[in-house]
Amino acid sequence: MKYLLLIYSNAENWEHPLFLRDPAFLALPPEERDALAARAEELFTEISESGELVAGTALGDPVTARTMRVRDGVPVATDGPFVETKEQLAGYVVVDCDSPERAAEIAARIPDARFAAVEVRPVMTASGLEM
Amino acid sequence: MSGPGDVSGPGDAAVPAGRVEELLRRSAPRAVAALARRSGRFETAEDAVQEALLAAAEHWPREGVPDRPEAWLIRVASRRMTDLLRGEAAARRREERAAARVPPDERVAPAADAAADAAAGGDGTLTLLLLCCHPALTPPSQVALTLRAAGGLTTAEVARAFLVPEATMAQRIARAKQRIRAAGGRFAMPPAGERDARVRAVLRVLYLVFNEGYTASSGPELHRAELTGEAIRLARELHGLLPRDGEAAGLLALMLLTDARRPARTAADGSLVPLAEQDRGLWDRASIAEGTALVTRALARARLGPYQAQAAIAAVHAEAARAQDTDWPQIVALYELLERLDPGPVVRLNHAVAVAMARGPRAGLELLGPLAGDGRMARHHRLHAVRAHLLEMAGDGAGALAEFRAAARLTTSVPERRYLRGRAARLTG
Repeated sequence: MKYLLLIYSNAENWEHPLFLRDPAFLALPPEERDALAARAEELFTEISESGELVAGTALGDPVTARTMRVRDGVPVATDGPFVETKEQLAGYVVVDCDSPERAAEIAARIPDARFAAVEVRPVMTASGLEM
Repeated sequence: MSGPGDVSGPGDAAVPAGRVEELLRRSAPRAVAALARRSGRFETAEDAVQEALLAAAEHWPREGVPDRPEAWLIRVASRRMTDLLRGEAAARRREERAAARVPPDERVAPAADAAADAAAGGDGTLTLLLLCCHPALTPPSQVALTLRAAGGLTTAEVARAFLVPEATMAQRIARAKQRIRAAGGRFAMPPAGERDARVRAVLRVLYLVFNEGYTASSGPELHRAELTGEAIRLARELHGLLPRDGEAAGLLALMLLTDARRPARTAADGSLVPLAEQDRGLWDRASIAEGTALVTRALARARLGPYQAQAAIAAVHAEAARAQDTDWPQIVALYELLERLDPGPVVRLNHAVAVAMARGPRAGLELLGPLAGDGRMARHHRLHAVRAHLLEMAGDGAGALAEFRAAARLTTSVPERRYLRGRAARLTG
């Protein structure tokens, strides 16, 4: 079962890995910051080696976003993201794992879950059971 | 890599790809078993055979199938294995700054216990299946390794069937083999005390493979449909190896009886057709006859288990010429049996449907009551879908509509959602 993990982060302090310049992160004692960064590394090594990681990437700052709308057949572009919020979609990971519980566990171990949020969304499939 | 002519003369040129594929899949587990048994190195043997399979897939269709395909594969793979072991030995030397204890050529020589192993595992296919379903692995890893090592599929084919990138699948398989080794697993029959649990694990893996394929219906997922054929082939092989195991027979029967409905389960536009509305004339009579005979024989002779019970339910459905001829009281009795053998929310749901058909919708709805209190089930589309059907049967159109809509939003399957929305639309129309 595949899940899209949406990593939200405060766009003011965008950097990659995403959480590195988050004020809440920077306020932590150095050893705790190191431990958190190391745990993030560990998580990505773990899900790559297990074959659960399907895809993932960080996204550019929302100021680089363009949102397209077509009205009466005319495409109109506006600068900036579709939804204006403090926390923006900063990156995503697609995992293929055993259960929704495992997907939630992976999401909770992404450090940004601690500073903003990571949303877990199942990916639709073209398979189905007759009822 | 050499051509096919060195083991035996080339056969007919320009062989159809389908025949080559079938030969490779049949020969692969025996080649892995032969090399793993000789060398005691399952992981390397499995990699070497995978490379030999890729070479064969390239050479055979063009140059003809060798007279002894299995010997060809073993020859090419063992040559490749010598290279791989030499590479591993060199790496180890670099790490340890010491000479490898045994030269690689000796390592591919027969191991001392090969004869005993051969006696225990026949041609090694059973040993291989049991190793691929090692308890140190998660079910998805067991599935991936079984399909590649015992099913003879290439990494690319397994990846395509599970809709993940090839690199992801390669990683999953490599990791699975490392885990087996770390857990002390080796290419040998497990001790007698563990054997039964391991056979149950193989049955579960084959069942998972079958379901992955069976639920695929259209579009980008069509490659997955091949998995049902693979699962049936491996289940047939396992039943041949363990003819007295009632559950191995039951699983093969269940697969045959379920797969028999495949031509009727989707409409021309790819939408799902529920069992009650399927054109039973499209059901595969030969599969039904074989599955029914298998489960009947198993039920008479072997210890009862959940696959036999499920196969028996499928057989009762199959023998009804029309949906309204279904022997629901018998299906209810079989679900009661299944709930004792293998209780779980999905069995309970199906049981409730059968009870509704036999005794009326209110009796079915009563059985669903306890499930609604289960937090995980409350968010599960199947609970809402079943409740919707039963409410509709009971004449509660508004209740059914709400439940069909809830189920449609909760499912992550495109065809299921389309079906559920269609049922909701019928109620509003």
